[in-house]
Amino acid sequence: MKKFGKAVSILACAAMTASLVAAPVAAEGTFKIGGIGPMTGGAAVYGQAVMNAAQLAVDEINAAGGVNGAELEFNAQDDEHDAEKSVNAYNTLKDWGMQMLLGTVTSAPCIAVEAEAMNDNMFLLTPSGSAVECISGDNAFRVCFSDPNQGTASAQYIGENKLATKVAAIYDSSDVYSSGIFATFQAEAANQGLEIVAAEAFTADSKTDFSVQLQKAKDAGAELVFLPIYYTEASLILQQAAGMDFAPIFFGCDGLDGLLAVEGFDTSLAEGVMLLTPFAADAEDELTQTFVANYKEQFGDTPNQFAADAYDGIYAIKAALEKAGATPDMDASEICDLMKVAMTEITMDGLTGSGITWSADGEPTKAPKAVVITDGAYKAM
Amino acid sequence: MKKMDKTFKSNCITYGMVIAAYIIVQIMVGTGNISSLMKGLLVPVCVYIVMAVSLNLVVGISGELSLGHAGFMCVGAFSSAFFSKCVQEALPNSGFRFFLAIVLGAAVAAVFGLLIGIPVLRLKGDYLAIVTLAFGEIIKNVINVFYIGKDSTGFHFSMKDQFSMGMEPTGTVILNGPQGITGTPKDASFTVGVILILITLFVVLNLINSRDGRAIKSIRDNRIAAESVGINITKYKLMAFTVSAALAGAAGALYAHNLATLQGKKFDYNMSIMALVFVVLGGIGNIRGSVIAAVVLTLLPELLRGLSDYRMLIYAIVLIVMMLFNWAPKALEWRERYLSRFFRKQEKEGK
Repeated sequence: MKKFGKAVSILACAAMTASLVAAPVAAEGTFKIGGIGPMTGGAAVYGQAVMNAAQLAVDEINAAGGVNGAELEFNAQDDEHDAEKSVNAYNTLKDWGMQMLLGTVTSAPCIAVEAEAMNDNMFLLTPSGSAVECISGDNAFRVCFSDPNQGTASAQYIGENKLATKVAAIYDSSDVYSSGIFATFQAEAANQGLEIVAAEAFTADSKTDFSVQLQKAKDAGAELVFLPIYYTEASLILQQAAGMDFAPIFFGCDGLDGLLAVEGFDTSLAEGVMLLTPFAADAEDELTQTFVANYKEQFGDTPNQFAADAYDGIYAIKAALEKAGATPDMDASEICDLMKVAMTEITMDGLTGSGITWSADGEPTKAPKAVVITDGAYKAM
Repeated sequence: MKKMDKTFKSNCITYGMVIAAYIIVQIMVGTGNISSLMKGLLVPVCVYIVMAVSLNLVVGISGELSLGHAGFMCVGAFSSAFFSKCVQEALPNSGFRFFLAIVLGAAVAAVFGLLIGIPVLRLKGDYLAIVTLAFGEIIKNVINVFYIGKDSTGFHFSMKDQFSMGMEPTGTVILNGPQGITGTPKDASFTVGVILILITLFVVLNLINSRDGRAIKSIRDNRIAAESVGINITKYKLMAFTVSAALAGAAGALYAHNLATLQGKKFDYNMSIMALVFVVLGGIGNIRGSVIAAVVLTLLPELLRGLSDYRMLIYAIVLIVMMLFNWAPKALEWRERYLSRFFRKQEKEGK
């Protein structure tokens, strides 16, 4: 019996040794773009949106003749929103022959992957990794706003439009995104004359009951509740607030995008919720409308802000590749050196803003937009 | 005497297996024949082997079902990463710094193992399993509320958020609550990992075959009989538990120095259960089996990447099939009947 176990392990060893051998890196006439994001697990909705939209953009570009005469090829790998798996996905893509990386989608894995990418001098453009450390190297850029940016912009928006003076905040202290935004919101609120009367945290382990946090906000007399969190928790907060007759203004960031699509959520509860997001699926401009129509047709779903970021990301890569005059036979490091410079020279009109430019530290410059939910739809303010 | 030889031979096979794997991989790396994915997986595989072997000491040898092993890994990971971040400038020699970090990680985890072991090991069976599960979660959650920063005036500490530390603006946050530690120097390498595996095997195998090890096993097999011959039950149980915790702490240190981010939520019960799966699949009490199972089960999900969305489903099915094939009574019977003849010749030689 033991001997048999040995035989099995030898077989397994042989199989693994076979897979150890590196696949030859073929450099034909295509640019190889890798994508990493959570396609299974709790954050799957973001990863899938990003990968769908990126594939859509790649198909469009290829149909229109490619970049510098070469086609784009996109390969998406799952990381389950886990830093360790994300590095594995990154290495898998390297074996595939990736020349540029669109990813990763979520912040914590992105920090781990960026450390590897910086070592390899691999160009990295994260569509939605918003933590500051996500783009610590000069090889990395991002499409979305950084967390500090969003927090500051939210406080400024509330202050300048005189929405409220007594503000409560409910945030997820276990999440880089949420606490990152709250950190700068708190700092900027003081400058804007906002008084934070309650700052209530929850963690990933306790995200179903918010009655304590809401009660504290209510007792403190908050006129506005700031929700720098994702929409799943926000939908629960709105339900529970309605249950306790607490009706302040709710103000959120791009994480609230997708609120109206939550299954079984009474969208009338979201009436009047404001959010700062660079993308609204019912915007009037032609670019957004074509994108939304195509996305719906292919994937049967309304695209969210993550999808828009990814779509813009692929077009930004295209613009930078054209600017740099890169060719598919270059290796990843050569392309990265060219792209680092080219990214700071391009100006792009995309779904998430017009006239987007990038600085050498990787941060995009674009105007934040606020939308308000009226009659079950996002309306620009 | 003959029995001793058999144990010695078996141990040599285990060490030899690890060393042979190391040499093969080093040759492949040297000649550039290894894929990036495999290269990236080398250190995690070492981490999980150490985890599996150390847990086997508690589950297999001391016979206590522990579901909180990830907690000790967590303690080791955070204490060592914290240490490395603090002395990064003072100690530029990464090899020496990493050595100290591993020793520190193991020591802190051992202290926690001892402290937790004293109340917990008074329980038996299911009760012990549940309490260790709770302790594992407690460790994770306690680390999640700590905020520690450093500036020119020294260390600052808070349990609320990073602003309550009252740091100078130039200060750096080292441990940022649930977001953990970012930017730990990447000191871990496959060589260090293999050395750690060998040390772990050496410690565990020697403990098992020593006088203390026989005492531990006698408690597992018959507690009352062991007590009646004067074996100090608490002492020996605690010994196995603490050694196991220290080794898990060392595994955590290796893990923390391989990734740029370290978050407490990674060390939840899923990690403990995974280590337990390695142990059970490899055979409870079978150290070599733990090593093989840890390697196979760490590599499997990555090798199944080609199946995209069905990957985790297939992984689960493969796991169930492997468990059934290895341990179901009918499968054992079937294997005895149909496959034993292939190995009969070898078996004779073995005996």
